[in-house]
Amino acid sequence: MVGERVVAAIDQGTTSTRCLLFNRAGRMLAVAQREHRQHYPAPGRAEHDAAEIWRNVTRIVPAALRSAGLEPSSLVGLGIANQRETTVIWNRHTGTPLARAITWQDTRTDGIVARLVDAGVAETVTALCGLPPATYFAGPRLRWLLDHVPGARAGAEAGDVLFGTMESWLIWWLTGGPDGGRHVTDVTNASRTMLMDIRTLEWSDVLLDVLDVPRSMLPEIRPNAEVYGTCTAVLPGVPVAGALGDQQAALVGQACFASGEVKCTYGTGAFLLMNTGHRLAESTHGLIPTVGYLFGEKPVYALEGAIAMTGSLVQWFRDSLGMIGTAAQIETLASTVPDNGGCYIVPAFSGLYSPRWHPDARGVMVGLTSFINRGHLARAVLEATGWQTREVVDAMNADSGVPVTRLKVDGGMTANHLLMQFVADVLDVPVERPLGSEAVSLGAAYAAGLAVGYWSDVEVLRSNWHRAAAWEPAMDAALRRREHDNWGRAVNRSYGWVQKPDDS
Amino acid sequence: MPGPIQSIERAAAVLRLLGSTDRPLGLNELAAALDLPRPTAHGIIRTLRDVGFVDQDVDSARYLLGAGLQELGRGGWDPHDLRAASMNWADSLAGSSGLAVQLGVVSFTAVRLVHHVFRPDGTPQRIRTGAEMPLHATALGKCLLAFAPVATPRTRDLDLHRWTGRTCVTVAALDAHLATARHRGWASDAGEFEAGTGGAAAPLRASGGVVVGAIGVAGPVEELFGLGGELRPKLAEQLLGASREISAVLASTP
Ligand SMILES: Nc1ncnc2c1ncn2[C@@H]1O[C@H](COP(=O)(O)OP(=O)(O)OP(=O)(O)O)[C@@H](O)[C@H]1O
Repeated sequence: MVGERVVAAIDQGTTSTRCLLFNRAGRMLAVAQREHRQHYPAPGRAEHDAAEIWRNVTRIVPAALRSAGLEPSSLVGLGIANQRETTVIWNRHTGTPLARAITWQDTRTDGIVARLVDAGVAETVTALCGLPPATYFAGPRLRWLLDHVPGARAGAEAGDVLFGTMESWLIWWLTGGPDGGRHVTDVTNASRTMLMDIRTLEWSDVLLDVLDVPRSMLPEIRPNAEVYGTCTAVLPGVPVAGALGDQQAALVGQACFASGEVKCTYGTGAFLLMNTGHRLAESTHGLIPTVGYLFGEKPVYALEGAIAMTGSLVQWFRDSLGMIGTAAQIETLASTVPDNGGCYIVPAFSGLYSPRWHPDARGVMVGLTSFINRGHLARAVLEATGWQTREVVDAMNADSGVPVTRLKVDGGMTANHLLMQFVADVLDVPVERPLGSEAVSLGAAYAAGLAVGYWSDVEVLRSNWHRAAAWEPAMDAALRRREHDNWGRAVNRSYGWVQKPDDS
Repeated sequence: MPGPIQSIERAAAVLRLLGSTDRPLGLNELAAALDLPRPTAHGIIRTLRDVGFVDQDVDSARYLLGAGLQELGRGGWDPHDLRAASMNWADSLAGSSGLAVQLGVVSFTAVRLVHHVFRPDGTPQRIRTGAEMPLHATALGKCLLAFAPVATPRTRDLDLHRWTGRTCVTVAALDAHLATARHRGWASDAGEFEAGTGGAAAPLRASGGVVVGAIGVAGPVEELFGLGGELRPKLAEQLLGASREISAVLASTP
């Protein structure tokens, strides 16, 4: 291994930031990780301290190198994958954030979004950026910050305040920060702002106008694999050569390079992406057309189904209800009963995302009888992830006309074999996990490695994908139909609970 | 029969006292409450701290009940926690060895698979998590018999069914295999359950060195073993490396 050159990836996630090192075969050589604080200042609000996240990066990267016994000179490049739609604004002269970053789970912009819809601009917005106006995207958060943080708008107009999603923030710091740091974003992150024209891949004047955002504060939009700059901090001399939103990074890490290939990443939320090739597939079934990746001249598009709560429901079950000691123990508890006993949990804690998009829905638990015990609840928690996946796959089949025939999975929840079997059962297609479940980081490493010529093209990467497990569907068709129907009836009961968005 | 042992009674009293309040207690307070000389109280509390039954608050130097106590009543490691803690290293072992990787725990008189990573060669394979296999005829099973004697039945109480011509069907033969396994640090299976398919397995240790499971590789006998029947040295190194890394993760988790 002496003299072996490797690629580094930073996965800036919702709960933690990780640094991983990969070799040419795509094998992980080292990992270092640090969690950051979650701030929940009020119901519906979720924030991160961007300065804390940058500090964590400065610690985990050297730690990963140390554990592999390598020097920065062994690195051919650094790629970044990040939690998408999390929004930060900062002072370009000091590098200080003007407020805590507003994360993708935060719903404070419901008032802003409702006003857009009332103003009748929803269709214009969707036609330009592909996205339905929703609290999920970064643009409305930026608007909220401009409206509520003292000095933000004036500073932005004067060119003193910059906007970015987490990859912009990190690249800016890595390449110099206040001393000439590059202010860029990549097309995949930009495609989640509601500010970018999804066909031209440029900021749209119309959308900037709709959200009243000054252009001067926006980063430059760049492809996913190119040298954005050279690190001056943390890894001096190493090129920052790749950036992708985490879900697009997983699409790349799972080697979904052909049209029709699908992956689902099961973490805090779950995100299903289908490669649709160079064709921008419009959705009539509640999915989001998005940029998959841009490696050469032409972008590869993807259709995305976003599920807000999967792993976070398990976390809630553990932390708020105290039913289990660790996330993994939900499988033990669920295994104490043969089925859900008639109980269903619909985790619409912040409304329902794909494919239903009901911001007014809230969580429900139905079918409770004195028969139901903790084991049934554990099953209902896991099954909610399965059925939400099924709804997204159904929408994908309807939109693309090409039925999904197998699902590649990754993320923390793939440790749960009971759940993976259930997903295969309700989808009625095989579910496959690759060796090394770090597809997000691997995708970021691939982008950086492609940019610096460490790998020649995506076909080389395909041969790095190895099946580590497969779950075959085994559920009786009649049972599947009955359970699907019950789930649908449960979801109907979650609708319309919130009567009026908070005005703020 | 000898009478009660005073220092154990005193240690129990210290634990009861710490458990009676949410507030960490100082040494003087402890000694006074139990009417013990300060050096005696100090000796007891330090021993309890060293075995993990008491924690000491770094800032105040006061004492409270330790995480090790909760572990006691938990009945061993949860198999799914074990899988979660092992996943990365199990994947990495499959990647470096090119073989299938399995994780097993004791389930009464059998070994139960709690994790399974396919042989990474693209061939069709079925996931075998949850399957049970005989203790005496598999590498995982023999590893648990050798290294977790308290959790497993005695060899003479096992049904030594003959699965292949190579299965150990006498207590003496099995005991000899287990002695070899203890000596080398890993157990092997040279086609003793399924003719032609072999394995090698090493123990997974949690805090205190307690064996909570085993990790093993499985594949064609001729790929695992050399002509003399010895496990290929590189493979042994990779297997022991994975078991060491996972054990370090387990030991650092209370
Ligand atoms: N065995 C398990 N069964 C069910 N859920 C699990 C299991 N293990 C982890 N989880 C859930 O998966 C999530 C963690 O997965 P992962 O580490 O992939 O998260 P993530 O979304 O990538 O987080 P981040 O954005 O911080 O990287 C947690 O929400 C946790 O509750």
